[in-house]
Amino acid sequence: MRSEYDTVVIGGGPAGLAAAIKAKELGMSVLLIENREFLGGIPMQCVHPGFGLHYFKEDLTGTEFIHRIIERFRELDIEYYTNAHVLEIVPYSYRHKILRVVTEEGIFEVRAKTVIYATGARERHTFEIGITGHRVAGIYTAGEAQTMMDIYGIMPGREIVIVGSGDVGLIMARRFTLEGAHVKAVIELMPYPGGLTRNVVQCLEDFGIPLYLSHAVTRVEGKKRVERVIVTKVDENLRPIPGTEESIECDTVVLAAGLVPYLKVIEKAGVKIDPATKGPVVNGYLETSVPGIFVAGNALVINDLVDYVVEQGEEAAEGAYEFVKNGGLPALKWRKLVKGRNIRLAVPHYLADTKDVTIYARVAEPEENVKLRFPEIGKEIRLPFVRPSEMIRVKLRGDEIARAEGRITMEVVRDE
Amino acid sequence: MKTRIAIIGAGVVGASIARVLSQYNGLEVHLIERNVDAGMGVSKANTGIIHPGHEDDPEKYPLRAKLCVEGNKLWYQWTKELGIPAKWPGELMVALEEEDMKVAEYYLELAQKNGVPGVRLVDREELLRLEPNANPNAAGALWAPTAGVMSSPMAAVALTENAVDNGVKFHPETEVRGIKVKNGEVKGVETNQGFIETDIVINAAGLYADRISAMAGIDHFTIRPRKGEYYIFDDDAGPKVRRIVHQTPTPTTKGVYVITEMNDGVMIGPTAEDLPEDAKDDTSTTKEGLEFVWEMAKKLVNGLPPKSRVIRTFAGLRPEPPDGRWIIEAYDDPWGFVNVAGIRSPGLTAAPAIAYYVVEELIMDKLDVKLTKKSHWNPYRDAFWFKALPREKQAELIKRNPAYGRIICMCRTITEGDIVDIIHRMKRMGVKTISLDGVKLRSGVMSGTCQGSYCRVRIANIIARETGIPLWKVSIKGEGTEYGIGDIKVLLRGEKNAE
Repeated sequence: MRSEYDTVVIGGGPAGLAAAIKAKELGMSVLLIENREFLGGIPMQCVHPGFGLHYFKEDLTGTEFIHRIIERFRELDIEYYTNAHVLEIVPYSYRHKILRVVTEEGIFEVRAKTVIYATGARERHTFEIGITGHRVAGIYTAGEAQTMMDIYGIMPGREIVIVGSGDVGLIMARRFTLEGAHVKAVIELMPYPGGLTRNVVQCLEDFGIPLYLSHAVTRVEGKKRVERVIVTKVDENLRPIPGTEESIECDTVVLAAGLVPYLKVIEKAGVKIDPATKGPVVNGYLETSVPGIFVAGNALVINDLVDYVVEQGEEAAEGAYEFVKNGGLPALKWRKLVKGRNIRLAVPHYLADTKDVTIYARVAEPEENVKLRFPEIGKEIRLPFVRPSEMIRVKLRGDEIARAEGRITMEVVRDE
Repeated sequence: MKTRIAIIGAGVVGASIARVLSQYNGLEVHLIERNVDAGMGVSKANTGIIHPGHEDDPEKYPLRAKLCVEGNKLWYQWTKELGIPAKWPGELMVALEEEDMKVAEYYLELAQKNGVPGVRLVDREELLRLEPNANPNAAGALWAPTAGVMSSPMAAVALTENAVDNGVKFHPETEVRGIKVKNGEVKGVETNQGFIETDIVINAAGLYADRISAMAGIDHFTIRPRKGEYYIFDDDAGPKVRRIVHQTPTPTTKGVYVITEMNDGVMIGPTAEDLPEDAKDDTSTTKEGLEFVWEMAKKLVNGLPPKSRVIRTFAGLRPEPPDGRWIIEAYDDPWGFVNVAGIRSPGLTAAPAIAYYVVEELIMDKLDVKLTKKSHWNPYRDAFWFKALPREKQAELIKRNPAYGRIICMCRTITEGDIVDIIHRMKRMGVKTISLDGVKLRSGVMSGTCQGSYCRVRIANIIARETGIPLWKVSIKGEGTEYGIGDIKVLLRGEKNAE
């Protein structure tokens, strides 16, 4: 092992692997560090299809998708550690970071010109979504249940209530059904489903699983294991309406209540966080507010598709390459991307005209027949519909960005 | 001949008594616990404060007042000996209004009567110096510098482990069904695991101490559960408090605390809700209780971390005796029966002092059992956490055992080596079911930001491997709380799971 790398990638899931591959292809020295005992990240536990339609132009399962990426990673002979953990990143100088890493071989310090942070997200759990009641066995996050079933081959429970109708919740409803469990309901807080339409159809409707919109699980009851949940209707402010409580008997609660970028280590290194994405504030190179630390995948923003995650990994690697080649990123005129009407979140936060950039955004409300508009640069895109569950991905060319003097607003307007 | 003693209940009180008894020759001590592990009842869910001792009126509650002050001093030593994380930030009883200063003055008087060192009144300016996040409109506070915070879930397991190392026998998963009394003397304890013959029975059964006492024929009291609900915020969520902060008590409420607990997360709570006598296992949280805590805590400090940074809400039960009076007594009839019942707040603080009181005043004096100190008694628990060691030690440890280089719980930086070590200790202590909660109590795994959603399956795997049981059978906290329900394909085919 060398003591200094052009880039150290933290996280061996799709974003990290893609970043490491791209960085190596660009001629950089690369080290990848993964906390779990195997490479591959979350797709390793995704036995369902829907992966790779954009990236490989084929419909693959998660495991097939990640297998292809890992094969490429192996061909390039990139150095990596599994069962390794980064304790700390010290921004030692503008051009160097020092990482303190624990591995089975010992604790070492490694110098890195750049760091690509691709640690993914964590799941929101019972306590942060306001569920009260008993703390009993039989409560799992969706990812934990999926790991149990599809990596370790054990079954969490029989009579299931799923909280949250994002893609993860929908896919787990089908997954449980296929393994012989009885999914009694999927409970969604919002008045519309949280996941892709195709998943609502293929995972719930095809199996006759009821979806409760504008409902919340407010309480879990049981002595040793879950015995029932109390489900309550919510008003337009998402507050439970007293008197609408309903009890559903079940032995298992699966929480698919959303993901939050998991950033403990770079937060301590001082990166600035966007309260909307809960990920770091980044520029068009996916560089965070700490120079030379780049971020990609669900650690940057919660994505719908692994294809976007891989794309972000590659973009972060390109950013790191520019940084290493030039001894830092050039001083540029950055334009702030401002969230206009019906835009809930958007990354990157700052755009420069030196390169084309892909913007990932989400709306706050579902709408039909709309235009996505960037008024300062005179760009408009017509969209048949927008939904909070479906990420908007749009490219701005450098010459388009150049048209803006100051900020660039992104907004959704009705197509009159 | 040896004097045989059975202690019922391995909570912090029972385990403290066991530890003190383990210092003497000529005893055979049995520590009996209904749950799979020590400290899984009242002891695991509380505020974790080591009170200074100025809240009890020595005229009304002389024993409580005395043992609290003594307990505070003893914990200073005991937490060090046992490797229980503790810190001593001091406590501010905040007077929100000018008239509350009179209440603070009353507690200053009690502090003087009880001999609590260092207690004094501070004005608003000094309050804000001691606690910059205190409510800037508060009138002032009573400052008690000897107050501490400890990792209370670790207390009972650490005490039990040390007691066992010094010869005490621990009986987990053992439920007491009766107390055998003959000719007015205690003869032993009937349990679901058989009869344990003893000369003395010490009832430290927490919420169930009334039922145990009735088994010995002493049935003049009932223990009612009093519920306390709490929030814990993430360890990196601010604003935080430097001190233990609570408000001057009113006739209706002792008030809510705001503290920074041992893992650095702000904790607020508790409520004090009296439950019916039969609700002794109702540790559920409620919307009303949590809302009350929130509103009360907001008055105490200038700012709380945002609600979105809450990582856990929980409720604990405290055993409330009639009139709030601790029932610590040795009886002549039946001879050999000792109640240590209704140990409400400040029970955690007083536990070590209660233990010395029980052993010295009741067993040695009242029951006239002659005890001599062992020449070799080991006060220390040889516990360490990888993350707390200096770097050279960490490197050495990994070289010896690579499992220390595998970090399993990322939120709390706990390694596989730590977990395996804990499992070995649990086995040595006599724990039969290595449960996920048992590992959690001892290490803090699964209690950080992710609350186990990332690491629980990994920890369950380590337990399965170390105990030779299937992964799905790993228990969260005893029978009926298994992690899963079986092997996925076996269940799908309709076969029975292999044992």
